[in-house]
Amino acid sequence: MKIHEYQGKELFDKMGVPTVIGKVCRSAEEAMAAYDELVLERAVVKAQVLTGGRGKAGGIKLTSSRAETGAAAKAILGMEIKGLIVDRVMVAEAADIASEYYFSFAVDRNSKSVIMILSREGGVEIEEVAAKTPEKIHKIPIFPFVGIPDFLAKKASAILFDEWGLVLQGKNMIQKLYKLMVSADASLVEVNPLVVTRDGRLLALDAKLNFDDNALFRQPEIEALFEPDEEEKRELEAKANGFSFVHLGGEIGCMVNGAGLAMATMDLIKLYGGNPANFLDIGGSSNPRKVIEAMKLLLSDKEVKVVLINIFGGITRCDDVARGLITAFNEIKTDIPIVIRLTGTNEKEGRAMLEGTPFHSAETMGEAIRKAVALVK
Amino acid sequence: MSILLDKSSRVIVQGITGRDGGFHASKMRDYGTRVVGGTSPGKGGTIHDGFPVFNTVSDAVRETSADTSIIFVPAPFVKDAVMEAAEGGIKLIIVITEGVPTLDFIGARHYATAMGARIIGPNCPGLISPGKSLVGIMPGNIFTPGRTGVISRSGTLTYEVVYNLTRAGIGQSTAVGIGGDPVSGLYYIDLLQMFQGDPETDSIVMIGEIGGDAEERAAAYIKEHVTKPVFSFIAGQTAPADKRMGHAGAIISSGTGTAKEKIAALESAGVTVVNEPALIPERIKESL
Repeated sequence: MKIHEYQGKELFDKMGVPTVIGKVCRSAEEAMAAYDELVLERAVVKAQVLTGGRGKAGGIKLTSSRAETGAAAKAILGMEIKGLIVDRVMVAEAADIASEYYFSFAVDRNSKSVIMILSREGGVEIEEVAAKTPEKIHKIPIFPFVGIPDFLAKKASAILFDEWGLVLQGKNMIQKLYKLMVSADASLVEVNPLVVTRDGRLLALDAKLNFDDNALFRQPEIEALFEPDEEEKRELEAKANGFSFVHLGGEIGCMVNGAGLAMATMDLIKLYGGNPANFLDIGGSSNPRKVIEAMKLLLSDKEVKVVLINIFGGITRCDDVARGLITAFNEIKTDIPIVIRLTGTNEKEGRAMLEGTPFHSAETMGEAIRKAVALVK
Repeated sequence: MSILLDKSSRVIVQGITGRDGGFHASKMRDYGTRVVGGTSPGKGGTIHDGFPVFNTVSDAVRETSADTSIIFVPAPFVKDAVMEAAEGGIKLIIVITEGVPTLDFIGARHYATAMGARIIGPNCPGLISPGKSLVGIMPGNIFTPGRTGVISRSGTLTYEVVYNLTRAGIGQSTAVGIGGDPVSGLYYIDLLQMFQGDPETDSIVMIGEIGGDAEERAAAYIKEHVTKPVFSFIAGQTAPADKRMGHAGAIISSGTGTAKEKIAALESAGVTVVNEPALIPERIKESL
């Protein structure tokens, strides 16, 4: 789960990490009022959308008057950045930047730890820095039961700063951000850029935070910040029914048990010249209720011309699955052709039960997908 | 031989009185696994479906000499269950539970490692050495003993591949589902190393998926250290970026972890990568 920059900065502020809070505005008028209220001279207007690359898309503008601030807000509001419409901006004091750095905590799959990532080369080009000059990116794995002792925080801070006063400011910030990472079950806490102002203060000028969905059950304050978009709402509805769904936009609706098999099914549809409408993992059991809910979801997509059901019967035997499918389809009436491929335990019995039904039955994945692709045409 | 698990493995089930724990304890016993008991705090001293129940893992280990544990407890309690198993003397811990908070697992894994235990999972189907022992939720009947090792991040896709292998007459030495979470216990490289060293494994099937760079790292390891033939399928070739495909780990982000990159890395390491899982048995037969 992601949150907006301004929400991240509020979390920073609560934790005592120096940052620039500003005001969230939904119109040019609000932006101008914020400019007055904050008694600003040089201001920054930043798009608040749940994606990166805002600067490059023109979603961040520096201004130096009330009118300019209004104009910048007007230009940014309504803008589309990576498919997301900007509905609010943050107006804040523009920092007097002397130098920029990169800092983050992230979950690292390889060291199976939280790692601290630091670089003196901060700013928008960090990915390029990582690709071209990886030696300029420093990574420090954190022992979970030790956290970040003072010496380590100082050592890390000294990677970024030469002057001891700044090293100490950095040390405090590092320890506070780690505390935030752990206490909020974040999977990413990124400050890019982290800046030193001309008067020698450390400031977190951006805040990018992602949270572990698996931990939201114990993070009610974080969960309350969740703003699902249309797609996410559909995915959430699916999740409530015990499956996982991603809309893709093709013509072949897929219902599969297991995420890996579901991805493989999508891949093979493409390989055989079709387009999957979705990723849909209905999980372990295939009771009729679940199949009915899944079918409703698939059929709500008007682009779907064929439905492909690919089930591996393991512990749940294929004859039980077939019985469930027949029960489900007694309830759902549709003209859309349905291809069913059952394999695994008792597959012959399962397939025999589907004979004489309007379903197109298939033995292998390849056969099922060829049939589905042919039926689209 | 096989890796990690054989006929002598003594298994306990943490959460044996729960619905899934109880169901699979009985399934594993049916398969021939030596399930020596289970834990359920407060129910120590009782018998559940023929299995002795203990309050703690320490009690279970003392009474049964268990060396392997399979965990079915709900996600919020997994961290404690893993640490309890490791502290209690269990050497191999299999975590079936899905939805475990990442930071919980990171802590539990560090602790278990310090105690000398190894973990498989979380969010995994477990492992099986066909004909010897099954510790997991895999359908045992689709497996058959043989000389191909299987490593996979997914469940049903593994079954699909194994089912094809079995029907083509290619048996398995051990099959391990390593799980689909961003951070897991034993991973490709650990298992590749074990299969390479196992005299009863001749070939290795590696089923990967998008997200992370584990397959790329495995490819680099194979290039240097694995002389046995490796066959692979990577799921998620058509998955869009920044969309999570069911598994928490299956997400392509910041231009890394695409199927294309993984396939290129594996092929350059001499791995045979197929674009349809059903082709794996043929390719193995061709290589023999």
